[in-house]
Amino acid sequence: MEETLKIIVLVKHVPDAQFDRHLTGEANTVDRSESILSELDEYALEAALQLTEARGGEAAGNKVIALSMGPAGAVNAVKKSLQIGATEGVHLSDEALAGSDAAATSLALAAAIRHLGADVPADLILTGMASTDGETSLVPAQLAERLGLPQVTFAASLELDAGKLTARRDGDTHADTIEATLPAVVSVTDQINDPRYPNFKGIMAAKKKTITTLSLADIGVDAAQVGQSGSWTAVETAEARPPRTAGTIITDEGDAGIQLVEFLAAQKLL
Amino acid sequence: MAKVLVFIDNPGAALKKSSLELLTIARSLGETVAAVNGELHDDAASTLAAYGAQALYRPSATDLDDYLVGPKAAFLAAAAAAAGAGVVLAENSAEGKEIAARLGIRLGAGVITDVVAVDPDGTAHKSVLAGSYTSAAKAVTPVSVLTVKPNSITPEPAVTGTAPESITVQVPDVTAAAARVTARTDKPASGRPDLSEARIVVAGGRGVDGNFGPLEELADALGAAIGASRAATDAGWIGHDAQIGQTGKTVAPQLYISAGISGAIQQKAGMQTAKVIVAVNKDAESPVFEIADFGIVGDLFQVLPQATAEIKKRRG
Repeated sequence: MEETLKIIVLVKHVPDAQFDRHLTGEANTVDRSESILSELDEYALEAALQLTEARGGEAAGNKVIALSMGPAGAVNAVKKSLQIGATEGVHLSDEALAGSDAAATSLALAAAIRHLGADVPADLILTGMASTDGETSLVPAQLAERLGLPQVTFAASLELDAGKLTARRDGDTHADTIEATLPAVVSVTDQINDPRYPNFKGIMAAKKKTITTLSLADIGVDAAQVGQSGSWTAVETAEARPPRTAGTIITDEGDAGIQLVEFLAAQKLL
Repeated sequence: MAKVLVFIDNPGAALKKSSLELLTIARSLGETVAAVNGELHDDAASTLAAYGAQALYRPSATDLDDYLVGPKAAFLAAAAAAAGAGVVLAENSAEGKEIAARLGIRLGAGVITDVVAVDPDGTAHKSVLAGSYTSAAKAVTPVSVLTVKPNSITPEPAVTGTAPESITVQVPDVTAAAARVTARTDKPASGRPDLSEARIVVAGGRGVDGNFGPLEELADALGAAIGASRAATDAGWIGHDAQIGQTGKTVAPQLYISAGISGAIQQKAGMQTAKVIVAVNKDAESPVFEIADFGIVGDLFQVLPQATAEIKKRRG
């Protein structure tokens, strides 16, 4: 059997993208009242479980730690991760974190990851390819820079061997094979695997697993370094875009293709 | 006036339109300089001069392309410091955003992505939550890093061209903590425009039932790029890089032609900021018709070939 792994998976509690989503409050932050475990994070969790199961799983000493930063509700993303199979859960929660931008978020997460690796450092930090709410995709790269680690984003496959990772990436014009030394920050795409669903056994087992709550004081971060005061960007205004309205709808009676071209010509799009 | 540093990665034989847009925006903000990685051909160099670049910062290392983002961010940070730049502009591609992200930490600079316009005071405009809101944001740090979406502005050369001096920047060696590209396979070029930058996109979904032929013919008649919904890429009818939507690309073309796509919210997220939306679908109840400027309830295998033939006929 190979060496054991300690993997930290970043999971996020996000507004369900199936419904309309809103910005609220003076700081125009996202309304998180109807939130779920980000669908894209399930791929990262599945990748972590497959890597550790191939090395004997929890019984052999492998760890998959689901880490979520966010208000009280974010613990639900951690609970769901435990039901799916993570071995332990960590919820980084502090009122001062509200309104953190990517720079402040990555600072807090980097401190939490160092804290969790104080005895045994993590081999791998896994994330989804994006959060489905903030959509900036900045956090994994900023986290890697803060931790001084290589980053491999959009991995469509991932293998670990002897302190090294190999990943495949599909770009628009070329496909790449990537190598990096561990530890590393890796984001995975929705092509890498088919995430499992929690089963009854997993749901029951999750009740016995530990969720550790960390405050900023626990990870040695000052409140002024995060939240709006620690952010390097500020949202000045936000306005709901007027919803698109339906235009002309016709039913094809044999000449719709010609009508389409006439519409394009009238719009000066030809 | 603040200096504005534009990052141009591998300009190739001629600068891309998105690079010209960055240079045009840079001139509206301050004195424009460029950081150029990769080989600089004469044509690209003279375009940089025509677009008003006052200086060109070049990396001391020539192997930055062998690594993922980290070393490029280190180069850009060194160039920004050498130039004393107050604003750094980069492409809004996935790689561009990651370089910007790491650069932001190195410089202690706020990063704003997906920017579509920049005010002279540095306020950046963008849309958030999949195009359902527009917002204005600003970096509160001395330096700001902005990644700007393509098709945000019409590129214009400077009134007076320049003769930029070339300055070599020492790149700190961060390769030990960087991911390395060990093999690269080029994909065959389609000959069509890049999906993220295309003025017109023709996209297909479940309704194309494995046959993108009629879409490709219409796309070629219009000079358009081909896109797809997740249903079509998951079915394996077209490469994953063509996917538009929440887990794919976001496009904002002048014209988006949706064929055989129902238009669920995940798809809408990738295209609803298109200027004009045309939809063709057999099912009159498809949600895509709620946002289409021109909708056709009909069979795409009839409608699209007829439209293609009509376009060709009109052009003689």
